[in-house]
Amino acid sequence: MTTFKKLLASSAFALVAATGMAQAASLTLYCSAQEDWCQLVANSFEEASGIEVNMTRKSSGETFAQIKAESSNPRGDVWWGGTGDPHLQAAEEDLTMKYMSPMRDQLHPWAISQAESSGNRTIGIYSGALGYGYNADLLNAAGLEAPSCWADLLDPSFDGHVQMANPNSSGTAYTTLATIVQLFGEDKGFEFMAGLHANINQYTKSGSAPIKAAARGESTVGIVFMHDAVKQAVAGFPITVVAPCEGTGYEIGSMSIIDGARNEDSAKAFYDWALTTEAQNLALEVNAFQVPSNASSKTSPSAPNMDDIKLIDYNFTLYGSSDERRRLLSKWDEDISTLPQ
Amino acid sequence: MATSTKTLSQPILLLWILVGWAGFLLLPWYLVDGGLFSDQWLVDGYPFDKNYAPAVFLITQGEKLWLAPLLIPLVMPLFALKREKSDPLYAKILILTGAIGFSWLIIQGFSIGIRGWNYDWLSSLFGKLDGRQFGMGYGGLFLASSFLFLLTQGIAARGAINGDVFVVGAIGFVIAIVGAFVFLPIVNMLMSAFITEDGSYSFLVFAGKFFDDRLWGLSCLIGPGRCGVAWNSLFLAVCVGFLTTVLGLIFALVVTRSGFKYRRAVRALTILPIITPPFVIGLALILMFGLSGSITQFFSELFGLQPTRWLYGLPGVMIAQVLAYTPIAFLVLIGVVEGVSPSMEEAAQTLRASRWQVFKTVSLPLMRPGLANAFLLGFIESMADFGNPLILGGNFDVLSTEIFFAIVGAQYDQGRAAVLAIVLLGFTLTAFFAQRKWLGKKSYTTVSGKGDSGVHPLMPSGLAIPVLVIAAIWSTFTLTIYGMIIYGSMVKLWGVDNTLTFKHYVTAFSVRVTEKGWQWTGSAWDSFWTTIQIATIAAPLTAAVGLITAYLLTRQSFRGKNAFEFGTMLSFAIPGTVIGVSYILAFNVPPIELTGTGAILVISFIFRNMPVGVRAGIASMSQLDKSLDESSLTLGANSWQTFRKIILPLLKPAILAALVYSFVRAMTAISAVIFLVSAKYDMATSYIIGRVENNDYGLAIAYSTTLIFVMLLAVGILQLLVGRTKIGRRESAAREKS
Repeated sequence: MTTFKKLLASSAFALVAATGMAQAASLTLYCSAQEDWCQLVANSFEEASGIEVNMTRKSSGETFAQIKAESSNPRGDVWWGGTGDPHLQAAEEDLTMKYMSPMRDQLHPWAISQAESSGNRTIGIYSGALGYGYNADLLNAAGLEAPSCWADLLDPSFDGHVQMANPNSSGTAYTTLATIVQLFGEDKGFEFMAGLHANINQYTKSGSAPIKAAARGESTVGIVFMHDAVKQAVAGFPITVVAPCEGTGYEIGSMSIIDGARNEDSAKAFYDWALTTEAQNLALEVNAFQVPSNASSKTSPSAPNMDDIKLIDYNFTLYGSSDERRRLLSKWDEDISTLPQ
Repeated sequence: MATSTKTLSQPILLLWILVGWAGFLLLPWYLVDGGLFSDQWLVDGYPFDKNYAPAVFLITQGEKLWLAPLLIPLVMPLFALKREKSDPLYAKILILTGAIGFSWLIIQGFSIGIRGWNYDWLSSLFGKLDGRQFGMGYGGLFLASSFLFLLTQGIAARGAINGDVFVVGAIGFVIAIVGAFVFLPIVNMLMSAFITEDGSYSFLVFAGKFFDDRLWGLSCLIGPGRCGVAWNSLFLAVCVGFLTTVLGLIFALVVTRSGFKYRRAVRALTILPIITPPFVIGLALILMFGLSGSITQFFSELFGLQPTRWLYGLPGVMIAQVLAYTPIAFLVLIGVVEGVSPSMEEAAQTLRASRWQVFKTVSLPLMRPGLANAFLLGFIESMADFGNPLILGGNFDVLSTEIFFAIVGAQYDQGRAAVLAIVLLGFTLTAFFAQRKWLGKKSYTTVSGKGDSGVHPLMPSGLAIPVLVIAAIWSTFTLTIYGMIIYGSMVKLWGVDNTLTFKHYVTAFSVRVTEKGWQWTGSAWDSFWTTIQIATIAAPLTAAVGLITAYLLTRQSFRGKNAFEFGTMLSFAIPGTVIGVSYILAFNVPPIELTGTGAILVISFIFRNMPVGVRAGIASMSQLDKSLDESSLTLGANSWQTFRKIILPLLKPAILAALVYSFVRAMTAISAVIFLVSAKYDMATSYIIGRVENNDYGLAIAYSTTLIFVMLLAVGILQLLVGRTKIGRRESAAREKS
């Protein structure tokens, strides 16, 4: 009989033995940028500060869901990276906390305006413009003309050649939808989306999947952020990056401190560090071609030059709010996604 | 007899009373940050510091006064100590103690949360509460198990199951853990299907989401529109279930009923897909049959055809799933096909039936339970599969991915996820019951213990030729896929730069030897070691819980046994995505706070994989003659001794199966894991997903290939450790005689 109890006791212990060790100063970092960038940022901060970093990488949607699920008992301290909308949404729902960093005066104005539109609950760390990329080999093989504007993608010859993400599941695709609406006006914008729908071969779930498919030769055109397209080109795939001639929207990759963070001091230390040029220059080491928010950080020569891109005056406050988002998404769902292809 | 009961039962009673007191007096009541074995808590203000104090120190300092009533059930069992077991008061005291103690623990646990009272009426009744509650720690765990086993001892003393303390205790234990880790999270999750935006419950919300056109729409039948996700899932699962069953049967026939020379090789081939991490088959299919895939390119150049995206959608997902699940169907069917007694077939042959008639009228009908089981497994696996639809689905949405994106997508609609989960659960449970009903009333027993030394007849040749051809084609296909996987892990950039390189392996698994010793510099090591650690802890626990449950189900009879069986099998029909989400929701708050720990991964694996341990155990235990137990019991052993000394040694194959399955599953599972991994405990599969998302197919495939070899090694080691057992009692008896 006692053996049975030993078995029970030992299994109970084994269960909790997996719970791990304690650390003196630590930081739990939720990272929504690309894996190697996250790793590098975590390691560099550990070296710079001596604070131990536990990093989890998940997409911004997954991270938002996790922070919301954990809101009654937060596990994470800082959420770094990922497109700005879920950060704004988290701010709107009070899932993140206010913080005024002493680093603010070194930043580009767009980074500060991101902070202001959220009541200082989030801040811009990088930005990237929307655009698309095409696989030059496939384009030639299919005998298509090289596109250079949004309108070119509506040409019937592109039937089945264009891929974009589903705005319901991807922040990138929602930015595309909001950009088109701001660029052409709502009615014309939805006409555009309907025309595009006819040429779409697949709505992917993840935002950067279309350009990866294009890189692998599984689709001709992928609508994504331009820095994602540049990355594929630099990796050696036959991708040509296009900044649409009509102008385009952009995202502001953001950072927030989670409300109720267990290691608030470490979180603030990380926050300030992440806005330094030292931290932001790390992007170059991992081929992340976004524009950093600290005005004196370096940018890569391969990165799209923001001065050459016609940027629209993207209204983050309006299109980042959950009401407007829900309205646009349900309109897209009902009017566009049900159309025959 | 009375004295023997006394010496046997009293120490057990004493032990559980002591466990309870230890939990109350000695161990930290709440979860210790950093774990019990960090021993930081011992030097850091224990026992007075509020974070580490045992319950008794909390109460004496005027903190957490709601723990004080626990003293009553702690003192009560002391009065039972001096009594005889046959004394009716003995049973009454213990039952009352256990019931009061256990329910008070649950009541206080659920009514006081992180921000004080969990329910408004409680705070209006008792006033606002300042203190907060953390997750219960070892103190709570010890006390809870003490109360649980006092209760079961009381029930046993009243005469349940012949007063068998071990059996009643085991039943209570299984019910408690299945309740806590299967029912609690699932019910919690399903309730959220009814929650409105302002937090109240409404059936209309559920109905609105349930009768959604995106779920049940049928427009694909009449025009160019799309069909609902529910129909997509159902259609796919039925096709996959059917195809895997047919292919599994074909392979089983080749192995048992053909003169084919390389039968052992066929057997080995079927193991491969089981130990393959998710995504790999899908990635290989894309790299071969995608728009720019090597085979697509080859044929389009050969015949001048325009390459298409045919792979993305139903065809691709179906091919990947059939590749992955055919081996499971095969493993189920091989047992049944071998089990059909040759004497039946010989009897038919002597009656001048042709080989074809024998096969059609005798062999095939006797394989019915196997066919039904294989179909059911294929059906459920396809329903729950997450990885393949994710990368091959194209615009063909299925329930499992929709659940995932309802939660992580930009909409964050937990209610919709819960409704989708209910639909998915409805399908799998219906299939489960339909199968039981179909098999229900007939007897398929052919092995009766009387001599069945015959030899299986060969297949009729009209059947043998197509069977062999199909088996050969499918084997070649599987082998090609795996060849491509290994090749893919060793080229720089598949399709663009096909230079051979070990670059991906080096990035993932490089090791530097310095003066300080070995440095694991590769990027995959962290997740690799965590995965090995979690899988190693989870496998034996899964096997233990599974076999104890199987023992209770086959060897004991008690009231509510059917419900008990259903409860333990339920988690098999629940898709991983649902488990993952429900665990996060249920175990992020007190009383059981587990998110972010390794324990939550271990627990999710135990309950995901337990049903296989149960099934394996039941299958082998029902082959063991009950007279073995009876003779052991008549000779004076109790049921625990019988279980350990008689049944367990004869169960080695079942133990091995349960161990291997749960180990392999812990290393390849993705759908539940993706929600439960944390910064400290990242698993291999979630790391691989990250690489796939990053278009880094080379590294993903290299990591997966490594995992395949690690698992092969692990399975080999397990086989050595558990050892072989001589199940055939008749054989060894015959040898002794000679």
